[in-house]
Amino acid sequence: MSVRYLNCGDTAFSVEFGTTIAPEINARVMGLHARITAERAAGRLAGVVETIPSMRSLMVCYDPLTATRTELQPAIEALVSGGLDAAAASRTMSIPCCYDDPEFAPDLADVAQRTGLSTEDVIARHLASDFHVYVLGFMPGLAYIVGLAKELELPRRSQPRVHVPRSSVGIAMNMTTIYPFDSPGGWNLLGRTPLRMFDQRREQPVLLAPGDMVRFRRVSRAEYDGITSEVDAGTLDWATLEVRA
Amino acid sequence: MTAHLVVERAGLFDTLQDRGRIGFQALGMPVAGVMDRIAFRLANALVGNADDLAVIEIGVMGPTLRVEADSVRLAVVGPVTLDLMAGPEAAAKPLEANRSHLLLRGQRLRVGMVDGVSTAYLAIEGGLAVAPFMGSLATYTRAGIGGVDGRKLRDGDTLPLVRTAASPRAERKLGTAFDYGRGPIRVVPGPQVDHFSDAGHATFLGSEYAVSKEADRMGIRFEGPVIAHSDKGPDIVSDGIAPGSIQVPGAGLPIVLLADRQTVGGYAKIATVISADLPRLGRMLPGQKVTFAAVTVAEAEALRRDQEKRLAQAVAGLQPALPEGGIDLTALYERNLIDGVVWA
Repeated sequence: MSVRYLNCGDTAFSVEFGTTIAPEINARVMGLHARITAERAAGRLAGVVETIPSMRSLMVCYDPLTATRTELQPAIEALVSGGLDAAAASRTMSIPCCYDDPEFAPDLADVAQRTGLSTEDVIARHLASDFHVYVLGFMPGLAYIVGLAKELELPRRSQPRVHVPRSSVGIAMNMTTIYPFDSPGGWNLLGRTPLRMFDQRREQPVLLAPGDMVRFRRVSRAEYDGITSEVDAGTLDWATLEVRA
Repeated sequence: MTAHLVVERAGLFDTLQDRGRIGFQALGMPVAGVMDRIAFRLANALVGNADDLAVIEIGVMGPTLRVEADSVRLAVVGPVTLDLMAGPEAAAKPLEANRSHLLLRGQRLRVGMVDGVSTAYLAIEGGLAVAPFMGSLATYTRAGIGGVDGRKLRDGDTLPLVRTAASPRAERKLGTAFDYGRGPIRVVPGPQVDHFSDAGHATFLGSEYAVSKEADRMGIRFEGPVIAHSDKGPDIVSDGIAPGSIQVPGAGLPIVLLADRQTVGGYAKIATVISADLPRLGRMLPGQKVTFAAVTVAEAEALRRDQEKRLAQAVAGLQPALPEGGIDLTALYERNLIDGVVWA
């Protein structure tokens, strides 16, 4: 599919690489996001304010008092036709998750029943999935993390919950997510992480970024409680979550 | 010596706002910020601030504020009633909006109902001594971020001021009310033009829509004729949302997304309100009616540049204003506090 440049008023336009969810499409989105970020850091593309990656397109936000669409689009087209290398080596983040407390995993048994797997197999497949953050949105820090094992693919709950606790880990379709806030939600809840996806006390409060690889790590309730105290105290160093190659 | 404004009685929906949190939408962080950047800029200009200092955005009805500083210069921009109460027992004296005022310690300013639009803006000379979060003071209540504890103002809140006293200079007023424009709200069609039938586009551009009761800082849901989708339907794989994006879910009624909009969304968007018309649209109240008219991107950019030129002229054309409110606050201030300063 050829790239389309879609009108979004006079302060943005979308560079659309496709209309579906696919790794090769998202890789181009993230490639252009990285290229534009680098160009701006080098003092070029004046007038571009920020870019918003989504599953299959990149929104370029601009200030119409500084630049026009007629000036910016050819510059972006040149970046696209120059080839979009895979985004710079992304991080792999290891996310501790407690699957063993029924309060944390209210849908585990239901997911097992609907997929015909044992609860241990459900957990094992979630742990074995190679996840990749495609996009953040809907709420600050809410990551749509693609790559769920095929056997676990299910729709969202037909009846969304009014209250899903912060840091709940859920699955739906080919994705997993982690709730950054207490909120309503319809994902199937398999566990809870002691981490906070959004922590206002930090200068950079959002844990995951588009392009990150994610693996889950099973922790006991005791280990969950230990990490929770560190998170509550604000002493947990996020850098320790990065998996070193 | 700290200086504060004390919120004696909160209004309906007062929040601290500025230009918003820019540069973090890739992390899912909404921009937030003022709904009406025109009144925001004029209010700051009236008190002599830089363009983008945080202000109090007043939603529907304003607060009563008490001055706990030697003096403070304030300006409220918008169609709103103001009253000055010089002491606990003193009778209220009306003050004009759309100009600056000097208030002294212990005096109270009562901001009344905003008339005919949804917002007014209160700027404070020197601004508020509140720490920015992700580069902004803008309050985003859905995530409890920014402003005062991420929420609207409450009775008893104290707002720390940067200045302990107003600067010695004359008050200013707006020359003429800024023209926000009239007639149809201009839109640029797209991005998902192909998700709507020809009839759907004709309905959207040829019908009158009314602001529903579901109108807030996140967006305005309109009521009116149903817009027909094409066979591609209302759902898309989520993509970015611009300020003024008009999404049309399955029910066929348009929703314009405003300051607190989410960063990405999964409904087809028929058009985007142009930036020059967003302040006008963002001020609308439930029941008010609009029509939409299509323009090109280049026309939209030109309209915005023209509006910016007029706004700069309005700022340059601010006029000196005489003290009002029954007592000559400026003279009082001048005599008592800064004897000998020559006024411009």
